[in-house]
Amino acid sequence: MGTLLTRPRWSPFLVGACIGMLSWITFGLMGKALGTSTTFVTVVASLQSFVVPEHVKATPYLAKHTKIDWQFMLVIGIFIGAMLSALLARSYKVERVPDLWAWRFGSSKTKRYLAAFLGGILVLFGARLADGCTSGHGISGGLQFAVSSWVFFVSFFLTGMVTAFILFGKEGRKHVNV
Amino acid sequence: MLTFDPWNMLLLGLVTGLAFGFLLQRGGVTKYQVIVGQFLLANHTVLRTMLTAIVVGSVGVLAMHQLWGVKLHLKEATLWGNILGGGIFGVGMVVLGYCPGTGIGAIADGSRHAIWGVLGMLVGAAGYAEMETWIRENILSAWTLGKVTIAEEVHVSPWFLVFGLAVVAWLLFWWLQGKDVPGMTAPGNGRNATSMLDD
Repeated sequence: MGTLLTRPRWSPFLVGACIGMLSWITFGLMGKALGTSTTFVTVVASLQSFVVPEHVKATPYLAKHTKIDWQFMLVIGIFIGAMLSALLARSYKVERVPDLWAWRFGSSKTKRYLAAFLGGILVLFGARLADGCTSGHGISGGLQFAVSSWVFFVSFFLTGMVTAFILFGKEGRKHVNV
Repeated sequence: MLTFDPWNMLLLGLVTGLAFGFLLQRGGVTKYQVIVGQFLLANHTVLRTMLTAIVVGSVGVLAMHQLWGVKLHLKEATLWGNILGGGIFGVGMVVLGYCPGTGIGAIADGSRHAIWGVLGMLVGAAGYAEMETWIRENILSAWTLGKVTIAEEVHVSPWFLVFGLAVVAWLLFWWLQGKDVPGMTAPGNGRNATSMLDD
């Protein structure tokens, strides 16, 4: 067990099976479906409720997300859990510009950070429009065989692949240094 | 103005998150190149992890649902929202290299650019909230099927889908063996995967 805890990388099948069993706990014990992206709305709505409370009251989507809920804590947990894992395995590594990105777009930090910021906007806007992300739709919805989730899954995988090949091309595959 | 869930739910959420974050980091999906590598079909860690999670998760959740009446939590099929939102999400996920959960995990794992990604996510969330009323009235309501499963839509037993997906996943994993682009040193991919469990 000690070796498993310090081993830097686990088989994706082991990790997948554990995440699957984690969903048994959220459904069975908590009566909830594991998800992440709603919490970003919770954070935004909660912060705005201190600064512009009237605006939050007048905006339905903000007004209904001012509750610090279990999922907010789950996101905090993801941060701590990932850090624990990285420290235990001594695999924590500072990354400013990934190799693949640097190969294609150069080593400018500003350029990379700007792209990450814009990508982040799209990720959360898309997740809210679709009503879920890779955890809420991808895993929780996928395992219930929800129509919404599998439509989301196919859609994001397709546009993701097109984007990846436009950005990095076939040549990029050789520069994925995992 | 702010309200809180009961403390036991907050605690359960935290514990679940701890495990989830640990698994994401240990599975390698908090790494930019693992995620983008999947969309380039150069590294199949994401697909292996997600499909395994879905198959294992579905067996337990479906069994608990049928035996003990454990509730399902289906999201409404607002198809234009699912299609367009998924499409936008896919573009963003490749440009950023993370999804919301793995982005949070990536910051904890040392990724500095993920910090900017998460800041962008907050802006995306704020922007969506401002447009939500219009989107709900014009896009989400335009094509909805309600909270439906594929099993209900095509009139088959959900167990048929679970079994079918398990077979498809197994065949896919078998076919993908060794198909990760060579030169990568990370253990836990392709052929190395099973031996990781043995030793």
